[in-house]
Amino acid sequence: MLTKRIIPCLDIKNGRTVKGVNFVDLRDAGDPVELAAKYAETGADELVFLDISATEERRKTLANLVLRVAEKVNIPFTVGGGISSVEDVDILLKNGADKVSVNSSAVKNPDLINELSQKFGAQCITVAIDAKQVNGQWIVHLVGGKVPTELDLFDWAKEVEQRGAGEILFTSMNNDGTKDGFANIALKKLSEDLNIPIIASGGAGCIQHFVDTFKEGKADAALAASVFHFKEIEIPDLKKELANQGIPVRI
Amino acid sequence: MSELGKNKSSESSPSGGKKGGIAIIDYGAGNIQSIKFAIKRLGFDAVLTDDAEEIKSADKVIFPGVGEASSAMKMLKSTGLDKVIPQLKQPVLGICLGMQLMCEYCEEGDTTGLSIFDAKVVKFDNSVKVPQIGWNQIYDLQSDLFEGVNEKEYVYLVHSFYVKECEETICSTEYGVEYTSAIKKNNFYGVQFHPEKSSKAGEKILENFLKLENE
Repeated sequence: MLTKRIIPCLDIKNGRTVKGVNFVDLRDAGDPVELAAKYAETGADELVFLDISATEERRKTLANLVLRVAEKVNIPFTVGGGISSVEDVDILLKNGADKVSVNSSAVKNPDLINELSQKFGAQCITVAIDAKQVNGQWIVHLVGGKVPTELDLFDWAKEVEQRGAGEILFTSMNNDGTKDGFANIALKKLSEDLNIPIIASGGAGCIQHFVDTFKEGKADAALAASVFHFKEIEIPDLKKELANQGIPVRI
Repeated sequence: MSELGKNKSSESSPSGGKKGGIAIIDYGAGNIQSIKFAIKRLGFDAVLTDDAEEIKSADKVIFPGVGEASSAMKMLKSTGLDKVIPQLKQPVLGICLGMQLMCEYCEEGDTTGLSIFDAKVVKFDNSVKVPQIGWNQIYDLQSDLFEGVNEKEYVYLVHSFYVKECEETICSTEYGVEYTSAIKKNNFYGVQFHPEKSSKAGEKILENFLKLENE
């Protein structure tokens, strides 16, 4: 049976992890490669690297990082952040990334999704969507949730699927950072409306939240950052509990 | 950035493959880097090449593939590799699309394959999410490829098309249907999953392949 995936997300700035991590057994907690290898060892199913740097050197630094991760890590990983062209994707995939995630650039230029999907295959194109519920409607936001668009989450998700995305990474801005659980009602609707995998993001605070997002939210995968980085949740404990509650996971 | 992408031509030197003579067939398919690194982690060297003589003389051949079937087939034909691959005598491992192209027919792009395996490749129907992305189990393991690998081991898969069950199936996976997740005929092997991304189990399978005796 296909298992539900647990995905730690690493924010990267100038080739280093940011927001801090609390791994006493790492030589250098800021090194994404070391952290990635650690997560792979403890049972993470996949990793996401989200590049938030804004320097001129960004593309080169990121390509280099991808190469170093691919060298050491034996599980799949996705790279996102500032990807806006076929060339960007080409270099990242060539250097060993399994998937790329596009967000703002897809909203600004939806044809990019078609181009990327045709050239590289749907399976390596994840479209990340940040949305916020405003007066009962889920509105797509850009720039890490700061800038609202005209787009409705469910309409946009449908369009993204039709244009050839292989997967959607949905972050609820209402839930992100709250540690109150994932946006399961919206997730369930996405999962039922679409026929591609949905990754839940935003709101993880405890193990039960993961159980809920798989059961109630019908998510195919769940992504989190700080609960893993600060060891509030250990992946082996999480997976054991998911299995106990009848959710298929790789142990 | 650009220099990092140019690993294709610069690494096609005949000096590679010292420790085992492993050739990775280069036909423009994506994500070769991860396979190269996985082989390196196992202590072997591999050379990426589209040179027919180099491929024929290698000890082991890996036929990778990520992308779309009909355009991949076109690439193989344009270099004549479509004639070279079915004639190979050493162990050959097709991975993902590589495995699918070794079958007789792929529904994707209405593509005639290399016809090494007597099997058809079709799309998952809409009763499941497509593509299948993630970790699923392999079972009914039947070959030396799986020595030391547990029944129902988890491997990483990402694909929209699958190989139907057939005589040559050496392990299966269930995703809406039971399908072939590995296949073997004589010296030819194919795996639908990505051993280079399947953690320790994947490394074991890749190592088993690299250590196969050449007949």
